[in-house]
Amino acid sequence: MEGTLNALVVLANYVVIPATAYGAQLALGALGVTLVFGILRFSNFAHGDSMAFGAAVTILTVWALQAAGVSIYPLPTALLALPVGIAATAVLMILTDRAVYRFYRRQKANPIILVIVSIGVMFIMNGLVRFVIGTEDIRFDDGARFIVDVRGFKAATGLAEGLAIRSAQVTTLVTAVAFVAALFWFLNRTRTGKSMRAFSDNEDLALLSGIDPERVVAVTWIITAALATTAGVLYGLDKSFWPTTYFQLLLPIFAAAVVGGLGSPLGAIAGGFLVAFSEVAVTYAFRRAAGHVMPEAWMPEGLVQLLSTDYKFAVSFMILVVVLLFRPTGLFRGTAS
Amino acid sequence: MSRVRLRTPVLFLLVAALIVVTGLAQSWNVALTIVNMGLVSAIVALGLNMQWGYAGLFNIGVMGFLALGGLAVVLVAVPPVAEAWAAGGPRTLAGLALAVAALAGAILLRRRMRPGVARGLATAAVIVLGYVLARAVFVPASEAIERVNPAGTGFLGGLGLPVLVAWPLGGVIAAGAAWLIARVALGLRADYLAIATLGIAEIIVAILKHEDWLTRGVKNVVGIPRPVPYEVDLLSDPAFVARAHLWGTDPVTAASILVKLAYAALFLVVLAILLWMAEKALNSPWGRMMRAIRDNETAAEAMGKDVTRRHLQIFVLGAAVCGIAGAMMTTLDGQLTPGAYQPLRFTFLVWVMVVVGGSGSNWGAVLGGFLIWWLWVMVEPIGAWLLGVVTMPLPASSALKLHLLGSAQHMRLITMGLILLLVLRFAPRGLIPER
Repeated sequence: MEGTLNALVVLANYVVIPATAYGAQLALGALGVTLVFGILRFSNFAHGDSMAFGAAVTILTVWALQAAGVSIYPLPTALLALPVGIAATAVLMILTDRAVYRFYRRQKANPIILVIVSIGVMFIMNGLVRFVIGTEDIRFDDGARFIVDVRGFKAATGLAEGLAIRSAQVTTLVTAVAFVAALFWFLNRTRTGKSMRAFSDNEDLALLSGIDPERVVAVTWIITAALATTAGVLYGLDKSFWPTTYFQLLLPIFAAAVVGGLGSPLGAIAGGFLVAFSEVAVTYAFRRAAGHVMPEAWMPEGLVQLLSTDYKFAVSFMILVVVLLFRPTGLFRGTAS
Repeated sequence: MSRVRLRTPVLFLLVAALIVVTGLAQSWNVALTIVNMGLVSAIVALGLNMQWGYAGLFNIGVMGFLALGGLAVVLVAVPPVAEAWAAGGPRTLAGLALAVAALAGAILLRRRMRPGVARGLATAAVIVLGYVLARAVFVPASEAIERVNPAGTGFLGGLGLPVLVAWPLGGVIAAGAAWLIARVALGLRADYLAIATLGIAEIIVAILKHEDWLTRGVKNVVGIPRPVPYEVDLLSDPAFVARAHLWGTDPVTAASILVKLAYAALFLVVLAILLWMAEKALNSPWGRMMRAIRDNETAAEAMGKDVTRRHLQIFVLGAAVCGIAGAMMTTLDGQLTPGAYQPLRFTFLVWVMVVVGGSGSNWGAVLGGFLIWWLWVMVEPIGAWLLGVVTMPLPASSALKLHLLGSAQHMRLITMGLILLLVLRFAPRGLIPER
């Protein structure tokens, strides 16, 4: 019995908790991608760098607040700085839309042209982030480190294995849940949210019923900025801020959005967790957990790890390919066909 | 009409002038380095232009094909490491063969059995069993290889053949990978193909980075044999030194320029052959068919064209050209550094080249390759100079000034993005539009 408990604790510590936090970050990112796809109808390759931009501005604000002696310990200062990051990103995105995307929208350009345009935007944002904050690895989590730490857990339960819950992980989850709840309330209950959904379902019909497309688009960019910045900051709090990683997040984020069905917000969340749990579970070495439940003689020799962590991209890629081959509309039937 | 015909040579002359000015202002060594990478970039752009320009296939996995070309150079040119082969060479290959066999078995099962739960279970069982078996064979052998003198070798090495053999082989390997990708991902919506190719490229580079038995991973393979003479050998040749003095140049500079010229000649031959073939193909009935498919798939299909097969064909051809270029790039560097493959530089920059040059135009791709590469190299010094001028009024110790000057290198990305957006907006057909 105790062996099973120990095994469960190991699994919770190394798989469930990290994957939940990572899944929440991916879900927020995928929501942004899916929203842009649903309303503006193109895959936004600049999304990863929007996340980096939002996080960079937030970090600058954190530094300013720290210099001014402001602190909300045990919570990280970044939560206080988040609105500034969101506002800056929203302004940048609306300006980008005015200067770049709007022209092609009015032309009713082929979506693939918009994808290439978003690559141009990606270059600029990437350069901007590096220009503003450099290319170094930055840790900016100044909150309390742990909510549950290994030693305390062991003392409290008497188990051999410890459990650690970092506050960044809890912050991630709570913030993500709050954001998603707010987003769904907005989409389902408010007039603007309903007009956005109407626009996503059928553009012509929405225009006929008097919905202002520019307003819908502007609101979409603001929400996307909020989602991207929050996702970027939470990821940075949980791991660290390094501009290059945000580009690499593009693949799991797109995988999550596609798995859930591009254009479906609920799908994006499910996809985020699916990708995160698969990625962590496939690259986790189960040897230690297995050791608690299996007799010594049965233990396999290796680490009982399906794939080395070096290939975690491959996991989201595999999920993507399987979904595209067998159910191209995604689990939740998005707007893309 | 004559204005259009004049446009291409004039634009090429302008780019040549830019390079000559660089040579005069900086040094001929720098100018020739730009020319060499410009030649390689032109070939990559030619390959991507086949996929995107002729056929409208959205491939953002160029980096992966370039990396495979680089791998080909290691596999061909590096001398074999006998000790490593003895330690686990055959067993590693056997493990890989097992994995391939399992995959083939699973595909066969899918084709032979009737759809249903039984088929799904059987396929999954074959894959899982094959994977476990292959790993059991493969892992100890690859680890044994990596233990053989890890500081010096720790990998299998190559075949020890002349490096030029690697160029076509790089094309073949990239084409093979492209065929596999195309079987899975072609026929998807354009942006799904994009995401799929992006993922494949990341995986290929991850393999190069982490499979030490194959490529030494991030420890890099250095000192790959060259197709041209070494500077040191030239300098130790009295006849060469005497001739350099006769020309009135410093022998060290002369040797380095001569080596670069030799590379340039080799690259030029490859570019000329590929460009000639691409022009012939594009202006043949086949090329017209490709463009017809690109412009209206439904109509082309109604005319009896096999769209899927043609897409497969052009995707593989374009990837092969990228693979050749990748092999040339690694040959030029003389080393394989898997850590250096970055998507912005090796995929998206090529996109800028193709779009700026003119999608669908071969000469445009070549021009874009040279022009954008020149800019990529020169933006940094130009940006540094510009920031120096802008920050002139600030005191020398100002933190802002130091930060701005230190960030000059990031001007590159911003400039490339701006150029891409400006061209897409104001000259969407590029500098040399498709005819």
